[in-house]
Amino acid sequence: MADDKDVLRDVWFGRIPTCFLLNQDEVTEREAEPYYLLLPRVSYLTLVTDKVKKHFHKVIRTDDAEEMWFEYEGTPLKWHYPIGVLFDLHASNTVLPWSITVHFKNFPERDLLHCPSHSVIEAHFMSSIKEADALKHKSQVVNDMQKKDHKQLWMGLQNDKFDQFWAMNRKLMEYPTEDGGFRFIPFRIYQTLSDRPFIQKQFRPVSPEGHVHTLGDLLKEVYPVALPTEGGPKRFQVVIHGIEPLLETPLQWLSEHLSHPDSFLHICVIPVPSD
Amino acid sequence: MSDNAESPTETPKEESQPPPDDTSTNDEKKKIDVLLKAVGDTPIMKTKKWAVERGRTILSLSQFISRFLKIEGSEQLFIYVNQSFAPSPDQEVGILFDCFGSDNKLVLHYCKSQAWG
Repeated sequence: MADDKDVLRDVWFGRIPTCFLLNQDEVTEREAEPYYLLLPRVSYLTLVTDKVKKHFHKVIRTDDAEEMWFEYEGTPLKWHYPIGVLFDLHASNTVLPWSITVHFKNFPERDLLHCPSHSVIEAHFMSSIKEADALKHKSQVVNDMQKKDHKQLWMGLQNDKFDQFWAMNRKLMEYPTEDGGFRFIPFRIYQTLSDRPFIQKQFRPVSPEGHVHTLGDLLKEVYPVALPTEGGPKRFQVVIHGIEPLLETPLQWLSEHLSHPDSFLHICVIPVPSD
Repeated sequence: MSDNAESPTETPKEESQPPPDDTSTNDEKKKIDVLLKAVGDTPIMKTKKWAVERGRTILSLSQFISRFLKIEGSEQLFIYVNQSFAPSPDQEVGILFDCFGSDNKLVLHYCKSQAWG
């Protein structure tokens, strides 16, 4: 359906206006101007910020500069989560542009993984796709692909080429019609309330009785706290790509259309803002 | 060097392990069985089966294996699930067990060089 294809495009081209500010403790030779970028939601911070690094390297003593890392209101930002997930989880109810602080020292070893080169991002990205395909197709689709096909997925993301990426990615989204969906839906549910990492479990798109599972069914099973109680006030927002999909939306459809390029459906559960 | 000799379940000694963070719940402390298999010329561990806390990360497990095998700190250790993908170092073994465990255990392959993809 034409409409559904448009969703893929809208997801891919989602952008977050962002203002990068140098951490005040960095020693500079002159004042550091902020740097503005439109960040692709589906990409990774360390993949799209070479220009940010170059910009701030101009004003700091480069001998002092260690690995660049990012922080928002005291929270170190994990580069290996998609940018849109970081924004939805930590900043979704703030005023735009998103204001990110850039650091060049005191790397928070406990909170962040090192990212010395783009090849580390590529390895992480491909590993996520393989993990997701293990859930979706017992790894059959990703294993049938050739090295160059894997490269095509990565180059599509790296160079922001929607058609190049989807020409290959659609194979990862196929399933036998009689099954009604993937074996399991690759999803991750993030929450702000605890330090626990995401929730990830086996969950089928269709029940043994043939009932189509929805987003609400998934939450009821793995994270019921996120659901509104009957008659009670809504306490949490369930956010994917910055929007709150209806809880009645079939999970298989969400997996095919609102997954990130890493093949996972990243779901953020955040407290309703108290204004 | 028999590969089939399966040792009884044992808990890795963790004296030099940092304690899990304060927010950990009982659920995180529950243990799962992990079967560790060497790939290629990576040394095998005499004890292959370990009871590991669910909240333990791949990074901490790989540091444990390195220490156990006295692998140099500079050498990287790769860990694989399903002989196909390398989970992120901050990934918890409990999640991998839930998603990829079979016969009540999680099989992980470890290797000194990149073995798959």
